[in-house]
Amino acid sequence: MRTPFRSVVKHALLILAAGVMIYPLLWMVASSFRPNDLIFREAGLVISQVDWNNYPNGWDALSEPFSKYLMNSAILVLGCILGNLVSCSMAAYAFARLDFKFKKIMFVLMLMTIMLPIHVIIVPQYVMFSQIGWVNTFWPIIVPKLLATDGFFIFLMIQFIRGIPKDMDEAARIDGAGHPRIFLQVILPLMVPALATTAIFTFIWTWSDFFTSLIYLTNPSNYTVQVALNAFIDSTGESNWGALFAMSIVTLIPVFLAFLFGQKYLVKGIATTGIK
Amino acid sequence: MSAIAELQSLSKTKGRKAPAKDNKAAHIFLIPWTIGLFLVTLGPMAMSLYLAFTDYNLLQSPEFTGFANIERMLDDQRLHNSLRVTFTYVLVGVPLQLAVALGVAILLDRGMRGLSFYRSVFYLPSMLGSSVAIAVLWKQIFGTTGLVNQMLDLIGIQGIGWISDPNTSLGSLILLNVWTFGSPMVIFLAGLRQVPAMYYEAASIDGASKWRQFRSITLPMISPIIFFNLVLQIIGAFQNFTQAFIVSNGSGGPADSTMFFTLYLYQQGFKQFDMGYASAMAWLLVLIVGAFTAVNFFVSKYWVFYDD
Repeated sequence: MRTPFRSVVKHALLILAAGVMIYPLLWMVASSFRPNDLIFREAGLVISQVDWNNYPNGWDALSEPFSKYLMNSAILVLGCILGNLVSCSMAAYAFARLDFKFKKIMFVLMLMTIMLPIHVIIVPQYVMFSQIGWVNTFWPIIVPKLLATDGFFIFLMIQFIRGIPKDMDEAARIDGAGHPRIFLQVILPLMVPALATTAIFTFIWTWSDFFTSLIYLTNPSNYTVQVALNAFIDSTGESNWGALFAMSIVTLIPVFLAFLFGQKYLVKGIATTGIK
Repeated sequence: MSAIAELQSLSKTKGRKAPAKDNKAAHIFLIPWTIGLFLVTLGPMAMSLYLAFTDYNLLQSPEFTGFANIERMLDDQRLHNSLRVTFTYVLVGVPLQLAVALGVAILLDRGMRGLSFYRSVFYLPSMLGSSVAIAVLWKQIFGTTGLVNQMLDLIGIQGIGWISDPNTSLGSLILLNVWTFGSPMVIFLAGLRQVPAMYYEAASIDGASKWRQFRSITLPMISPIIFFNLVLQIIGAFQNFTQAFIVSNGSGGPADSTMFFTLYLYQQGFKQFDMGYASAMAWLLVLIVGAFTAVNFFVSKYWVFYDD
């Protein structure tokens, strides 16, 4: 039975839970404006003494200014987004709309790659990329995306294309359009929401990726923001939490903005790959 | 249908030849994917399988050593420990995370006030969670003078160094995993929405309690989604790396208590450049993840219900 009392209790519970969930984040933001010795004494969100220096200090703490790392991450993210959009949409069109030999086995292979731990391919990939001189470039991270290795997004797009009425492309085919034209002029414009979902997920995941950039980008001038933060801990972090938090916030802001503006797509993407 | 449900149904139906009328067009559309499959996935997999039976340090060419790496794995106490740590993380962390995700999803009724606000707040940590910044935050929160101990101090309790104590360090990482329950929660929310409201109405008329309705309607109806989340979260949890790396400065400490399997693999492969051993470890990981997934699929026959 739905009574006002139950509803109040429920909302109180949820608000409490929501508070607990985001308190650490808010506290980190507050602490990034605190002098170091106060961070370890103030558990609240009120900033009794504002220290603006954490941001400039953190920004210039490493050999390159933080803007360099932001730029590196941005280039990497854009390359990966472009790669995923082009290659995954092509593969998805084939799987969703075309009949071809070995389709089933290829489809199963594609689904299996979603579940394959990256660790089983990272060693040979590293060997391969180091032999062609690509270590300390962005190519080892971008090229796999250009080759549609993110099965998750192919699957997401397949699900989306399956929802587009077949009459649309059949009408175009009767008008004499071939598959490239149907793909480019009929399907692609209709699957913009799926492309947006892919772009936003790729943004967040590539921006946050630590493992592959740690392995491939060992030269400080190539660091992404994640590797730079790690380098920060190694150099000064333990004694300089204020600056470390400040730079942490800097690396989180783009993800937070992508989350804020892309939330609708993120939720849909999670839900559609989960269930029909 | 989820990727996993799709795999299940594909494994059931016998292969029927496709009419194959679009071969040429399909080849063109699948060029990037095919190259990727062979060059980035299958090729490296085959090479990694070969390297697993070699001694290889990247400078000299691989030297075939037969089962030496496997024998070494059998004797390697640190590896056994890393498996223990990882299994604990998976077997405790994933069920805990899914239970919270399901609990919160059920609290969030369709059409309730503030639904999208709550959903955003609960979902946000799972989007931020894999980044280094959050691991940095966690390290401070559970540090000796960290946020948790400051709060405990307010109520007069003397806290311990959660991260620096081997008994609690893994627990703090499990808690971090629970904190990121947002994305399975979103999937549960979408699944709960598919349960026809009339089932509940009929059950209420019959006088079934809320708990009974949950057990007899909700759970069976969303069992495919529980299964989907379970499989994906287990696979993901086995591969956790960033948090353990950052919290322990890459060492897996204290006393190897956060030495996750993937962290040990990274140390062997990319710190010691013992690529042969790292490859053997990678294959062990594939076998373990594969076995878990297979068992999951097998057991699912007994508790997952599809109504079609």
